[in-house]
Amino acid sequence: MSEAGPTPLVLVAGTAIGKVLRLDEPLSFWGGVETLQGRIIDQRHPQVGEIVAGRILVMPFGRGSSSGSSVICEAVRAGTAPAAILMAERDDIIALGAIAADEIYGLVMPVVVLAPDDHDALLDGAAVTIGIDGTVSVPDRDTGIV
Amino acid sequence: MAPRLEARDEARLAGAEGPAQQMATRVVTRLAAAMGAEELIDITGAHIDSCLYHGQAVLDFADRLADDGARVVVPTTLNVSSLDLLHPEHARGDPGEARASRRLMERFEEMGCRPTWTCAPYQLEVRPQFGEQIAWAESNAIVFANSVLGARTNRYGDFADICCAVTGRAPAAGLHLDEHRRATVVIRLDGVSAGLMERDVFYPVLGGLLGGLVGKAVPVISGLAPGVSEDRLKALGAASASTGSVGMFHMVGSTPEAPTLEAALAGHRPVEEVTVTAADLRGARDRLSTTTSDDLRTVSLGTPHYSVSEIGRLVELLGGRRVGDGVAFFVSTGRDVLHEVELRGWAGRLADAGVTMVTDTCTYFTPIIQDRTGTSMTDSAKWAYYAPGNLGLEVVFGSTEDCVESAILGRVVRDEGIWADV
Repeated sequence: MSEAGPTPLVLVAGTAIGKVLRLDEPLSFWGGVETLQGRIIDQRHPQVGEIVAGRILVMPFGRGSSSGSSVICEAVRAGTAPAAILMAERDDIIALGAIAADEIYGLVMPVVVLAPDDHDALLDGAAVTIGIDGTVSVPDRDTGIV
Repeated sequence: MAPRLEARDEARLAGAEGPAQQMATRVVTRLAAAMGAEELIDITGAHIDSCLYHGQAVLDFADRLADDGARVVVPTTLNVSSLDLLHPEHARGDPGEARASRRLMERFEEMGCRPTWTCAPYQLEVRPQFGEQIAWAESNAIVFANSVLGARTNRYGDFADICCAVTGRAPAAGLHLDEHRRATVVIRLDGVSAGLMERDVFYPVLGGLLGGLVGKAVPVISGLAPGVSEDRLKALGAASASTGSVGMFHMVGSTPEAPTLEAALAGHRPVEEVTVTAADLRGARDRLSTTTSDDLRTVSLGTPHYSVSEIGRLVELLGGRRVGDGVAFFVSTGRDVLHEVELRGWAGRLADAGVTMVTDTCTYFTPIIQDRTGTSMTDSAKWAYYAPGNLGLEVVFGSTEDCVESAILGRVVRDEGIWADV
């Protein structure tokens, strides 16, 4: 069930720049990502071993344990969190980790829900920027200018 | 879209009740906005998962609240932590991290939470009533509260749990509301033998399959004999909340909001109907194992924490026999359940059988297991799902009977016959 309301829907507002890491399957941060490097450790996830740190993480929605919020907050503190998380559905466990990091450390990791088409259009490895209003800009392929 | 707030929420946001209420109300309000809630509701209880140490961030958050004088305003229980306070000799972890874990636990006790240290608060003497609005964290507890107790909680995460407990407020969204509790997916069983459905092991496997099938939708399972036990519903829910994000399921004739299939669907047509076969279940069972090696070193039961009846069943299965010399056998449970087990005279029998009881924490994330070579065995789909990633070991999932017989023999054996087609 994708987001029915207006998109982009900003769950946690902020700006970010980075390369897209597109996940084929939803990921549970708890038990799925370690925070020293930001590496995916869920052995059943198709992208196990990938580093999420600094990437624009694109995934349909989160999955699994409610401890995921803590892992996200810890990763933001440690500097190993994604630069932003873009989803096709709301996910309050992910949003909450980012809200907590903002409250205690003043560090912002934007979390945005995109329309399904916009979500699907983000290709792995593409360099993108996230605006404060949740807009995603893909730089021109030839010039690199947004 | 910001939620509509009451005057008391606005006053707290302005700092009228001090900095702790201010921050907690701000977190609940921001969460409500992220969830699309139109307002906040009052809650009557909370279960906190933030007491499990995941690094500096959770401690910093608890320190901020506790230093500012936060107190919970509703009865609040605490989830497992990283330490077994009753059996400190089990600790194998880093001493610095153990100190931080202990500190974190103390901060939540200071805020007025009950030191229950269990992931199965629904096994405590007092538990939420049907229809009660609560804020629970811990995925298995959430799915149990909604599905089996008929209490109402969203899938709360760390930070939100304690902020709801401190404010007594929660976003009016998701599973707190009638319209999100009705089933949208119907699960039917086809060609699954009655014999398999009568076995405990069927339920975690069905749950594991369910999580992958429905994601975070609310399913209704049809076709099982009514009156499925709480232990089985617990195992099913915990599995579905591990392999998927299930926050609530219905089972016709067994869960309180599903006396009939029609009741669970609340008069709506299902969005999807899925038929589960014996082959699907075998596939789901196989996905819960990471190895075929029969070199058994460890058995871990009790994820979620074993109930009194599950421990009674284990005592019966052991039948006075002792586990093999090369096998470490752990059972995780709550301290309240352990107390009852001691009163019943089972603790000595378990110790004599070579069983180590673990309380306050769980073997699937705490460094209690020493030997991580060879094969670990479990009857828990949740343990099987998470332990390989958390602990770096190989797992074989089996029934409780399989686990006990394997432990006694010292190598993995499983009863394959029950999984055959009808």
